Amino acid sequence: MRNTFSEALYEAATANRDIYIVVADISPAGSMAKFSTQYPERFINVGVAEQSMIGICAGLALKGCQPFAYTIATFSLYRPFEMVRDDLCYQNLPVTVVGMGAGVIYSTLGGTHHTQEDIAIAGALPNMQIVAPCDPLECTEATRWCATQKNGPVYLRIGKAGEPVLTKDAEPWQFGKVRYLRRGSDICILTYGVITKMAMEIADRLQAQGKSVSVVSSHTMKPLDRAGITEALRNHRQVIVIEEHAPQGGLAAQTKQIAWDISAECRLDTFSLQDAFIHNYGSHDDLLAAHGLSPQRILQDLGNG
Amino acid sequence: MSTLPNSIDVRAAKERCLRFRRRILDISQQVSALHIGSAYSCTEIVDSIYHNFMRNPGSGPDTFLMSKGHGCMIQYVILEAMGVLSRADLNAYCTPGGRLGVHPDYGNPGIQAATGSLGHGLSMVVGMALAERTRKTGGIIYTVLSDGEVQEGSTWEATMMASSFGLSNIVAFVDNNDFQSLGRTSETHPSFYPLVEKYLAFGWEAVEVPGHDSAALFEAVMGRSGTKPLMVVARTTKGKGVSYMENVPMWHYRSPSKPEYEQAVRELEVAGQ
Repeated sequence: MRNTFSEALYEAATANRDIYIVVADISPAGSMAKFSTQYPERFINVGVAEQSMIGICAGLALKGCQPFAYTIATFSLYRPFEMVRDDLCYQNLPVTVVGMGAGVIYSTLGGTHHTQEDIAIAGALPNMQIVAPCDPLECTEATRWCATQKNGPVYLRIGKAGEPVLTKDAEPWQFGKVRYLRRGSDICILTYGVITKMAMEIADRLQAQGKSVSVVSSHTMKPLDRAGITEALRNHRQVIVIEEHAPQGGLAAQTKQIAWDISAECRLDTFSLQDAFIHNYGSHDDLLAAHGLSPQRILQDLGNG
Repeated sequence: MSTLPNSIDVRAAKERCLRFRRRILDISQQVSALHIGSAYSCTEIVDSIYHNFMRNPGSGPDTFLMSKGHGCMIQYVILEAMGVLSRADLNAYCTPGGRLGVHPDYGNPGIQAATGSLGHGLSMVVGMALAERTRKTGGIIYTVLSDGEVQEGSTWEATMMASSFGLSNIVAFVDNNDFQSLGRTSETHPSFYPLVEKYLAFGWEAVEVPGHDSAALFEAVMGRSGTKPLMVVARTTKGKGVSYMENVPMWHYRSPSKPEYEQAVRELEVAGQ
């Protein structure tokens, strides 16, 4: 995702001289080298100074520019939180805060590098929009949208590298609208972000058992597509939410709220990260599994193991 | 800088500042609290920025960002005098129908950024200065920080940024009144001083001047080399202009009673004679 983000941003910056990227000692790979060489005055490395990174983006936006702040998610959102809130959200400036490697992707770096609560925290901020693409192609669409939108701030939650393409044949991406990656009639898996890959595996297994399964990318986590989620709840007999996020304030909690509001009659199962710091190390999948998120465990919990 | 005059009318500056202090005093009688001491502390600095430094404020290339947002009452009365804010705006200060609050709010006329939480302004100034430089507008960004605000770590991030990026189009002032909410800055943080040396060490040009002396402020800014960001450390007195307010922390935020108001009016009138 980092590479496709770089490429999309480079293209956007070529088309629009007001696009800036402000990074904090971490640079996306790929085309960012081209960006920094061709537009050095618009590639700004603040070093290890994330509060200033956000403030500088605000200052650029106050002068009509369209900046992106970029670093590992925990340092782009948590460290400079008050700057994100006051400088970006309160002033409602079109700045994209890129949270790279969100969730527990940095699986060997420990809890200081994990972002388990970012949707809840960013989502609590007035004016903040949240986009969490599920694969490199969605990341490109999301980045292009961020580079042109003028609504206000965006938290763009992306993965790291090596995510498989999942949306090649999906319906077109549209901000604020859930997107069916496949359509079925019995079960609907609602998900977003990198863990969509696991959701697809689970869907495959359920389909192998003869079930008709939808997989929905809820890439826009704020504003959430209530109508789209309502439709999913009404049109399937079972809805399963899978997310790489704490149980509070993410897709699971919000889907339950909607289900209550509309008196949904479907079965609803949710799978989130635990509300805990888990002192485990290993691969990304190992960390997710330690939180109870693996295809085997989820299928087992669903009674389909 | 060539469009700026070689000297300033000191008498006119003094008259303006007295008028601004008086207007703030009058507004203080409409509300239970406003940051009167903080506004009086930076009256000459902000007046100088608008009247002596910025080229065609409002339509020119320069920008003023009030980083010490709690001092913005002085900015409001200057914007009122310039016709940017209306008398009705000021009269509705901190009331349900009004649009002006204790801290500057982005979106209000003449206000370039929402501040109030300390330590945010200088980074936004750096971003603005980068935008002006890239666009080659020649625009200079002026800002005023409080000495309390300079204790924020984020201010030092931005201080490092401004000089590392070679942003010679930043002119900043520290309203160094040696007071913060709980007492004297020099007692809270003895190691806070000396300030000029700190800015020099961070690659800024820095000078210290008497902060209620408009001519000294003018000389400090006119004397800058233009190759580095400039920090003017302005020695000021909190509550400057009203004897019982000067250097008394209570006046950080209090509004004068009627007898106190009348005494302050008399003192300002005497000062104007």
